[in-house]
Amino acid sequence: MAEPTDRRAPAGPRRILNGGLRYAAMAALAFVLFGVILRLAGKDPLQAYRDIFTSTLGSAYGISEVFVTMTPLLLTALAVALPSRLGLINVGGEGQLYMGALLATWAALRFSHLPSWLLLPMMIVLGMIGGGLWAVPAGYLRAKGIVNETITTLLLNVVAPSIVAFFVFGFWHSPMDTNKTPNFVPAARLPTLFGTRVDLSLVIGVGLLALFWFVMTRTRWGLEMRSIGGNPWASRRNGIPVQRYIVGVMVVAGGLAGLAGMAQVSGYYGVLLANFSRGLGYMGFLVSWLAGGSPLGILVTSFVVAVILTGGNLLQLTRDVPYSVINILLAMTLFVVLARPRFQRRRKTA
Amino acid sequence: MTPLALLGVISSAIFSGTSLLYTTLGEIVGERSGIVNLGLEGVLLVSAASGFAASAVSGNPYVGVLVAMLAGGLMNLVLGYLVVTRKANQLASGLALMFFGFGLSAWIGRAYVGAKIVGLPRLSLPGLSNLPILYGSLLSFDPLIYLVLPTAVLVWWVLFRTRWGLSLRAVGEAPDTAFAAGRNPGRIRYRALLVGGLLAGVGAAHLSIAYAMNWTEYMTAGRGFIAIALVIFSKWHPLRAIVGALLFSGAVAFQLLLQSSGIQVSPFLLNTVPYLLTLLVLIGWGGRRKYAAPASLGRVYQGTE
Repeated sequence: MAEPTDRRAPAGPRRILNGGLRYAAMAALAFVLFGVILRLAGKDPLQAYRDIFTSTLGSAYGISEVFVTMTPLLLTALAVALPSRLGLINVGGEGQLYMGALLATWAALRFSHLPSWLLLPMMIVLGMIGGGLWAVPAGYLRAKGIVNETITTLLLNVVAPSIVAFFVFGFWHSPMDTNKTPNFVPAARLPTLFGTRVDLSLVIGVGLLALFWFVMTRTRWGLEMRSIGGNPWASRRNGIPVQRYIVGVMVVAGGLAGLAGMAQVSGYYGVLLANFSRGLGYMGFLVSWLAGGSPLGILVTSFVVAVILTGGNLLQLTRDVPYSVINILLAMTLFVVLARPRFQRRRKTA
Repeated sequence: MTPLALLGVISSAIFSGTSLLYTTLGEIVGERSGIVNLGLEGVLLVSAASGFAASAVSGNPYVGVLVAMLAGGLMNLVLGYLVVTRKANQLASGLALMFFGFGLSAWIGRAYVGAKIVGLPRLSLPGLSNLPILYGSLLSFDPLIYLVLPTAVLVWWVLFRTRWGLSLRAVGEAPDTAFAAGRNPGRIRYRALLVGGLLAGVGAAHLSIAYAMNWTEYMTAGRGFIAIALVIFSKWHPLRAIVGALLFSGAVAFQLLLQSSGIQVSPFLLNTVPYLLTLLVLIGWGGRRKYAAPASLGRVYQGTE
């Protein structure tokens, strides 16, 4: 599903100006439309926007909450950006995230007597293994030219939450609730930073983004991966093991999404809930796509997305609008970027 | 296992399969024109919410169905604007549409959580009226259920036996060629998306107005993605989609059957069977799948200048 390159002539200054105006008008339109929706719900849109920004960017606590929301997106976006360098489209972050959470939870419940320095690394490794294994079929079938990785990952996304539900409802649920496990022991919780809800996985996520940049631009692996993305056929002719790269990269990407799942259960929730993710994997896909797969772009985009989502949390508390309504503002912002004038379009997809 | 229990199982399988088949048919029409709609989940949610709200307000379930169809069509036209007019990436646009649907449906439905509506009437099959009342009530279905198989045949007929369907499929395979032959790929894709949205709207209406008869956030529970999987399973063919929906309903029925005979099999594991089966079928086809999918599926048509 690759996009052909843009065949149009380079943009002239006049066109850029027109495009820029249209872009600004559409961005305003997104906010106005959402304002109308809030107005119809009997809310004051200006006050709501002010609340969104002061509550998130106006205080240290607000910013820390933005970081909390942003953390899983960093990892799930990375799980899309890495394979996209090889021309692979990993839509499977959602399923890989669930499987990572599943295996990490198994360790948290089974080895709850272990000390933290032993248990946490074990959960991290198992989370990555869970997500990585879930990406194996997609990588293998793509490498052998049997099934497209988009289709495999989409199918497995539907399967993974059912498997998690099977374990939670069937075996692991706490005596009180049927849809979640008992709370994890403190040793199985990721340490938080500076007394906020931000946990260690933010540091891990940013570190992995930096590592991604380094591997891609400064190592032979990165060169070979970019080469495969450019022309797989020529790469094979030059002796690059293309099939091995495809499987390997999909597994690493799955591992990253699995790590996000591990961080959600160990850091954010401290418990495994059936159906805990409402599209974190898909949101990661959007973040990576908007960022053009660049590490810095992912950092910035996930921050912006997190500001909107965190602001939505506040809207629910003070304006009694359902939390998901903030998805409208988020989606409209996405629409504006998707529909942006062509002079800004990058050639890379996902 | 009494005949009554068996009948109950079959009846509930039919109910759960119907909305899925409508949705799958809608997605087939869109994908045949070359557009994959990953936002189907959002389209379904918005249709289900607005259909339910319209039923609650008007007191007439048919109004609800119409509004749900309209909502589905409009949602798909939003996608059309992004991917056809603005030439945006289809996967990303679809996912953005999904999140839009999450939000919009929560907003539309917020005042109708727990509302009571008049569901679609159940019509008994003729000749069954002399059965005991309990049997009769299990075998009476709403009009949308009776219409689903004819709709599948109609979609097949339109796609494969009409000029319009031929143009639509031509655009899905090779938009450049279709353009050279005097077709307008953009307009055809808009129309395909509109039809697909209307069909998805019927599916969502059946879910909220006839089957569940209530509205809860995220009530579609992944049905949009299930339908996308079924499109692949059915090799983009409307009649094979019937088989796909039967397979899904069969898994539901089998699950209930096992439960009622006291065998403990987790419903969650049984839920995974259709998808794993789909994957196995795809592997069985090997690389030949590429002959089944519309050749330009997911590609952006840049225009021919």
